[in-house]
Amino acid sequence: MLSFIIRRLLIAIPLVLLSSVLVFLLVANSGDPLADLKGRNPPVPESTIEARERQLGLDKPLPTRYVTWLGNFVQGDMGKSIRGVEVRPLLWQRLKVTLRMVVLASIIAVILAIGAGVLSAVKQYTPTDYTFTFLGFLFLSMPVFWLAALLKEYGAIRLNALFGEQVVYTVGAETPNLTGSLGTKLADWAGHLILPTVALALISFAAWSRYQRATMLDVLGSDYIRLARAKGLSRSRVMTRHALRNALIPLVTVVAIDIGAVFGGAVITEKVFAWQGMGALLVQGVETSDVNILLAWLMVTSVLVILFNLIADVLYAVLDPRIRYG
Amino acid sequence: MADTRPRPPAAQAPAGSAGDGPELQTTEHGVQVHEVAETSTEREFTVVRRSQTQMIIRRFMAHKLAVGSLIVFVLVVIVSLVGGRFWKYGYADITDEFSSPPSLEHPMGTDDIGHDSFAQVLRGAQKSVQVALMVAILATTIGAVIGALAGYYRGWIDSALMRFTDLVLTIPSIAILAVLAATVTEQAGNWFFIGLVLALLQWTYIARVVRGTFLSLREKEFVEAARALGASDARIMFRHLLPNATGSIIVNATITVAVAILIETALSYLGLGIRPPDTSLGLLISTGQQAATTRPWLFYFPGLIIVIIALTINFIGDGLRDAFDPTQTRVRA
Repeated sequence: MLSFIIRRLLIAIPLVLLSSVLVFLLVANSGDPLADLKGRNPPVPESTIEARERQLGLDKPLPTRYVTWLGNFVQGDMGKSIRGVEVRPLLWQRLKVTLRMVVLASIIAVILAIGAGVLSAVKQYTPTDYTFTFLGFLFLSMPVFWLAALLKEYGAIRLNALFGEQVVYTVGAETPNLTGSLGTKLADWAGHLILPTVALALISFAAWSRYQRATMLDVLGSDYIRLARAKGLSRSRVMTRHALRNALIPLVTVVAIDIGAVFGGAVITEKVFAWQGMGALLVQGVETSDVNILLAWLMVTSVLVILFNLIADVLYAVLDPRIRYG
Repeated sequence: MADTRPRPPAAQAPAGSAGDGPELQTTEHGVQVHEVAETSTEREFTVVRRSQTQMIIRRFMAHKLAVGSLIVFVLVVIVSLVGGRFWKYGYADITDEFSSPPSLEHPMGTDDIGHDSFAQVLRGAQKSVQVALMVAILATTIGAVIGALAGYYRGWIDSALMRFTDLVLTIPSIAILAVLAATVTEQAGNWFFIGLVLALLQWTYIARVVRGTFLSLREKEFVEAARALGASDARIMFRHLLPNATGSIIVNATITVAVAILIETALSYLGLGIRPPDTSLGLLISTGQQAATTRPWLFYFPGLIIVIIALTINFIGDGLRDAFDPTQTRVRA
């Protein structure tokens, strides 16, 4: 097992390196970081532009720039943005905001998906099954930003009117400069989290519940379930102890692999609710052609994706003893 | 099964004749059908020969939801591709009615400048559908070729191609698209360019599916037989193996259409996809959202169109999957 993890990590390293080269080439050739300066009116003197060029290291050839960047990155220095802000603390702060939504939405979506999937499978071809199936297909076909905007524009107003006060917020990840006890802070966080998380969770739930239904049906049709029933175990015991436990294994991998997609969904959801998270950072990086921000962004997210793929493989082996990695 | 229906002898087709349809495939199943048909004259019940394709179409036709979805989808695609030419307003035309709710004159209302929303939605749907269809065709072709090569040749070719697939999967596609969209500024907003980039990122799943099919099929006896007869690698791949992967390829191609529509609209929503003065469904939602409370029709209709397109595609995909692989849906004890 340990040797398997180590081997996978060793494969992942050249993968990350190669993707960093690709990303670097892509980003370095995209847009002109000096466009803002050059386009200014009245025109900025040529010497200022050249100074900025040197400061950003744009006068050096690409390979040199890449090696310099990589050297710094490995040591934990992600450089400065074009506006002169240290990228690392900025990125961490944004990542925390986005991960808050991703983690919570994933948990909600998994719980919903297991419930709906199992119920659908147990009551196959009944109105319950058809309802969940239709809901699954509906959310699978809905753009996350549209659902989020629907919740924001129509859900929030109704909900707040129902409570008579502002319970759910539609802008930002938290109220700025909020003072008060930990309780008020947590309540404020929750109020901001509800709508984006629900939108993201519903979209992720769709595919996972379909998957859960299929695996549960598979397990229910297998011989050992029939045997368990035949030897006199109660239906509920067979369902929970024998069927469900085995039907959960494949979902674990799917969820871990899909984390990248959930992250992508979060980036878009953020925009609807004006969160200052990874999505806003990406758009900012693209708009200002900021090499350091974009590179750090892409490296962090691709490492996250690789990490979760590895976790998926490991979990699979741990949960299903039939799988052995030599 | 449906293909063992008794027929009066008079109606019996000359079994085993040469004109038995172009779809005779050398699949395992196909060979079976062939044998049954040839011995059918000696049996009490005559067997109507149906090619694989005919059986798949029959099974698909039995799936009402999928057939209905197919009709709706085809209609939406046709209307979105050519409808703009026949509608009385162009997407850039400015009428003298602004902010008017849906009426007979303007079925989807108008925006605050006076654009006819229906014309804009038509134009947006056209762009989105163009991108989605292009992505599906390109990504499926690339994926099928790469998956076929990897699964057939195995060894280092397989490793290299699959590591490359991993590499493409590692990088979040939304970020790549964002960067690329900003890179080629003169190309940005061009649907062809966006479709191309999306296709270059979406082929990985199909490649994996095709590779899996090829890995298991290449060991089968009919491949060995073909090789013994002197068939070249290319012939084995395209004539013997690829037809067997058709089912999963087609199903995944349909899903790719839905995924592509959702990604393209998301990208345009972020302002990184199709840009003004042209329009797309995502862009329309993004502008419509700013006035969602006062002019909700600007926000509802583009979103509904996306949901209709993606939903019907997903139902079609589901029906196709059942049609290609009926064993999956059989009710288990």
